Amino acid sequence: MAKIHVNTTINGAPTEFLCDANQTLLDVLRDTLGLTGSKEGCGSGDCGACSVMVNGRLVCSCLVLAPEAEGVKVETIEGMAHGDKLHPLQKKFVEMAALQCGICTPGFLIASKALLEKTPNPTETEVRYWLAGNLCRCTGYDKIVSAVLDVAAEMRESAR
Amino acid sequence: MSEIEYKVAKTVAEAVKAMVAAKGRGYILAGGTDLLVQMKSGARTPGVIVDVKKIPEMVSVTEKNGSFTIGAAAPAAVLGENKKLRKAWPGVIEAINLIGSTQVQGRASAGGNLCNASPAADSVPALVAAGCIVNVAGPKGKRAVPVEKFCAGPGKTTLKPGEIVVSLTLPKRPKGSSDAYLRLIPRTEMDIAVVGVGVSLTMKGDTVTDARVGLGAVAPTVLLVDKAAKALIGSKLDDAALSAAADACSAACRPIDDKRGTIKYRTKIAGVLLKRSAMIARDRINGIEHRGHRPA
Repeated sequence: MAKIHVNTTINGAPTEFLCDANQTLLDVLRDTLGLTGSKEGCGSGDCGACSVMVNGRLVCSCLVLAPEAEGVKVETIEGMAHGDKLHPLQKKFVEMAALQCGICTPGFLIASKALLEKTPNPTETEVRYWLAGNLCRCTGYDKIVSAVLDVAAEMRESAR
Repeated sequence: MSEIEYKVAKTVAEAVKAMVAAKGRGYILAGGTDLLVQMKSGARTPGVIVDVKKIPEMVSVTEKNGSFTIGAAAPAAVLGENKKLRKAWPGVIEAINLIGSTQVQGRASAGGNLCNASPAADSVPALVAAGCIVNVAGPKGKRAVPVEKFCAGPGKTTLKPGEIVVSLTLPKRPKGSSDAYLRLIPRTEMDIAVVGVGVSLTMKGDTVTDARVGLGAVAPTVLLVDKAAKALIGSKLDDAALSAAADACSAACRPIDDKRGTIKYRTKIAGVLLKRSAMIARDRINGIEHRGHRPA
């Protein structure tokens, strides 16, 4: 069967690719486009390692079919830093050692950014529930949650 | 090489036509949070995937004379952000917003949750309590199905070949009405209901004038428990009425034993959750808010 031609926008750049009907957006990001920042943990929407934004909405890219990317805006972890300038969340994760092996980190960063854009002043409980779909098997969640709360406070301070 | 075809339908008629042409191998793609997982596991092998998210009436929420119609493919997160809908049907929306993680909420839909036909689907007991009507379109035209009659068993619906669910209609609310949904899971998030109970109440003063009760995860399909509703109607939600309604819920249970809960446990919990849900619905009628833990 012929491949499907998809026109999309990834991290602000118009992008086109060819895919099969049953390929996921995650497959195409990693294997076709070489954007390997989004990880495949479970492949079934449980772990959040493949989190990306699609039209401003946090989703698991393993549960999006690649042809669904036609005409949408996709944001991945590769678009989070500006050159060498890390996003405040990325900086804080490094400073506070909110990661060990790093597999879950891109997903946590994308999900945390989405939270702070929607809710600049979250409670700890809100952070924990928002991030319940992101699994970490090494750091434990405390450092991650602390980092997100710290960044939220700093971003509110600098927005004054 | 892939043998699967991906089609985008722009209208309900196009989607129905594609489903008819697929001769039983067609699957509707809304949020895909069940379908893609089932495809990966081999549980479902579609020949044609029909994406319905470009059909305006299937992804939007409309209100007409106090009655809401929810597009079957509208993402749960979008429904949760709809303040008017949340105010009118807090129980339906809290049930829909309990499905999966934040990421899953960005895609999963009420129509998909219904069509997946799990007895433990979180949105369905609340929709049953709400008196929801399922709007179905098919090759022979449209029909409307009460939600409690929609599922036929685990994984099975009453949809006929070529039929699709277009939207869900919630009736106009009389003054003094509200609803609530509670489920029991072994952890606090991201799990499947051991028991789920939806209660919708209408009250005049402190007396219940109308009630509906939906009960999930305790039978092959979600149940409408008329006897529990009758025990509540006419009462002031006193202990005797709540106990009678709880007993009616327990009596309606035909659950299975599995790793999540035993028959005995599920049967008891059904009654406990009925009482608590009814009291939350009453609180809401009296302007007392009950909210979940995710940011609104």
